[in-house]
Amino acid sequence: MRLLRSHRNEASLATLALVVLALGLFEVLQPGGRDVASLTGDVVTFNTLVRIGILTIVVVGLNVLMGYAGQVSLGQAAFYGLGAYVSGIFTTRAEVFGLPGGLEGAWWWPWLLMGVGMAFTGLFAYLVGRPILRLKGHYLAMATLGLGIMVYILFRENFGFRTSTVNLTGGFDGLFDIPRLRLGSWELWPITRYYFLVWLAALASIAVALNLVHSRVGRALRAIHGSEVAAEAMAVDTAEFKVRALVFSAMLASLAGSLYAHFQAAVSPGPFSFIGSLELVVMAAVGGLRNVWGAPLGVALILAIEEFLRAKGHELFAGIGSEAEPVVFGIILVLIMIFLPEGLTDGLRRLPRLWQRRSGTPAASSEVTS
Amino acid sequence: MSALPGPLASTEGVETPPLLEVRGVSMVFGGLLALNNVHTRVLPGQIKAIIGPNGAGKTTLFNIVTGIYAPTQGEVFFKGEPIQGLKPHAIAARGITRTFQTIRLFHGMTALENVMVGLHRHTRAGFIHAALRLPLARHEERRMREQAMDLLDRVGLAHVAEEEATHLPFGVQRVLEVARALATRPDLLILDEPASGLNESEGRRLMALLREIRDEGTTILLVEHDMELVMELAEEILVLVYGTPIAEGPPAAIRRHPEVIAAYLGDEELFVEPSLGRRMQEA
Repeated sequence: MRLLRSHRNEASLATLALVVLALGLFEVLQPGGRDVASLTGDVVTFNTLVRIGILTIVVVGLNVLMGYAGQVSLGQAAFYGLGAYVSGIFTTRAEVFGLPGGLEGAWWWPWLLMGVGMAFTGLFAYLVGRPILRLKGHYLAMATLGLGIMVYILFRENFGFRTSTVNLTGGFDGLFDIPRLRLGSWELWPITRYYFLVWLAALASIAVALNLVHSRVGRALRAIHGSEVAAEAMAVDTAEFKVRALVFSAMLASLAGSLYAHFQAAVSPGPFSFIGSLELVVMAAVGGLRNVWGAPLGVALILAIEEFLRAKGHELFAGIGSEAEPVVFGIILVLIMIFLPEGLTDGLRRLPRLWQRRSGTPAASSEVTS
Repeated sequence: MSALPGPLASTEGVETPPLLEVRGVSMVFGGLLALNNVHTRVLPGQIKAIIGPNGAGKTTLFNIVTGIYAPTQGEVFFKGEPIQGLKPHAIAARGITRTFQTIRLFHGMTALENVMVGLHRHTRAGFIHAALRLPLARHEERRMREQAMDLLDRVGLAHVAEEEATHLPFGVQRVLEVARALATRPDLLILDEPASGLNESEGRRLMALLREIRDEGTTILLVEHDMELVMELAEEILVLVYGTPIAEGPPAAIRRHPEVIAAYLGDEELFVEPSLGRRMQEA
C-alpha cells in the first residue's frame, strides 16, 4: 500500500525525512564536537530547526486554504494561538474549570489536550467560517484580519476577566511552567527528542496535505479557486468545501500551537498578533502558495533570514535591530511577487529549464505552446 | 402554456410529463423587468433552443433554472419537483448542469482533472478519506480517472488529457466544457452559446456530438446565436424578446412566425444566409 499517489512526492518526502534525520543525528552525536548551529556560524540554531517544523505545520494548512481553495486568511495566527492556549491553560490551571488537579500530572493529559484543542479550534473555525467565507477577495481578507485581532485581544486581555479573579491566559505576560510532553515516564526533552516529534508531525501534515490536494476534495477546492459558479454547476457544495478547508487549516494550526506551547514551556500573546498572521502568509507566499512543498521552504527561508538579521544585522547596518525585520520581509515579499509570483518552489522547478536556455540547448519543455 | 397561436402550441396534448417546466417566471433587476411571465416546458429527450435578440433574458432564464438567481415570481419544476430557490449545487445534484457563454474551465488543472471535477456528484470520499488515502478514496480515484479518460476519448480529446485546460485552443476548450458537464451524467444539459467562437468545422462536430448526447438520453436546452445551427439542431424553439415569450414551436413554424420576423427585422440575415464562418468574422 502506497502512502502517497505520486512517486515524485514520495521521493521528495523521503528526501526531507532524511535531511531531518541527518540534522537530528548530527545534533545528538555532535561529531568532532560540532553541533548544528556551528554549521551556519551560529546563525541558524537547532532551536530554529524545531520552530521551522512547528510553523511548517501551520503553513501547510494555509497553503491548502489559500493556494488551493483560494480563500485568503489574514488571521491564521488566531487558530495557532487557540491551540497553544488550550494546551497552556489546561496543563497549568485545569482547576479553574473544576477539573481534578491530578490531571495536570498525568502524562497523557497534554496529548489529550492536543486533540481537544484541534477539535475546539476546528469547531470555532466552522462557526466563524460559515458567515465569513461568504465574503470574497479583499472583504474576506478584512474579515479574517479582524477575527485574528479579536482573538489576539481576548488572549491579551484574559478573555475580559480580571486576572485577580479568574486568571486564564495570564494577560500580557502569558502562561509559564507548561510541562514538557511525556510518553509514560519518558520525557520528550531535551530538545533533540522534541525535534523528532515536531518533524514527525510536520512530515505527517505534509503527507496528509499532498494526499488531500491530489484527491476529489483537492480538485473540488481548486475548482472553487478557478470558478465558484462552474464548481457549483458541477454539484460541488462550494460553501461547505470552503468551510471545511478552513477547518482543516485551523486544526493543523492548532496542533502546531500545542506543540509550540510545550516547546517554549510558556505562551504569551505576542506571536498570535496580526504581525504573526502576516508572517505566516509571507512564508506561504514565499514558498509558493500552490505547492505544499512551499511550506517548509518558505518557513525555513524566512526564519533563516530572521535569525541572520538578529545575529548579524547590527554588523551590516549600524544601529539596526529586530525592528528592521518587517522592512526586510516587505522587500523580500515584493521581490518574490515580481520575479517569482508562484513562489520559490516554482522558481526551483523552472531552474533546469532556465539553465538549458542559458547554455543554448533547446529546452525539453512539456508545456503546451498553443 | 402561454397564449400562443394555435398551430405553434405543439406540445399541447402531449402525454409525456415534461422534464423541466417553467411556470410564470418573472425576474426583476432593480426595477428592470428582465423576464416577464415566462412559461415553457422541456420534454425528455428533446433538444430545445431559446433564441432572441441581445438582452432578451435568455441567460437570465438559464441562471434561474440552474439556481444562480431565485426568480422574483413563478416556479420551476424539474422531474415534477419545484427547484426554484435551491442552491446551484443542489440543482446540479438533481441532474441539471450547464456550460457557460464565457468558458469557465478551472485554471491550474489539466483537461482530465477538469472532467474529474464533473464526476464529483457520483463520488463520496471526503476530507478524512482523501487525506489518509483510505481504500474508498483510492478506489474512487482510480474509477474517476478511468471514467474521465473514457469521456475525453469519446469527445476526441484524449490526446490533451494531461495538458492544462486553460492553455488549450479555444475550440477545444468549448468541447472540454461540454465533456466536463457530461461527466456529471446530467438529465438536462444546458448550453449557453456552445458554438460561439467556433469555426465551421468545429461547429459541425459540436452539432454531431450534441445529437449523439441526445440520442443517448440526455435532454438538451440551449441558447445559440447561430441560427443555422439552431434551426438544424433544435426540435422546438422558444423566442424571447425583452423578457417576454413571443412564440414557441418547431423551427419551420418559428421561421414563418410574423412576430418573430418583426422582432428580427433589420436582422433578417439571421434567417437568410447564416454562415458560421461569417458570423465568426463579424464577432
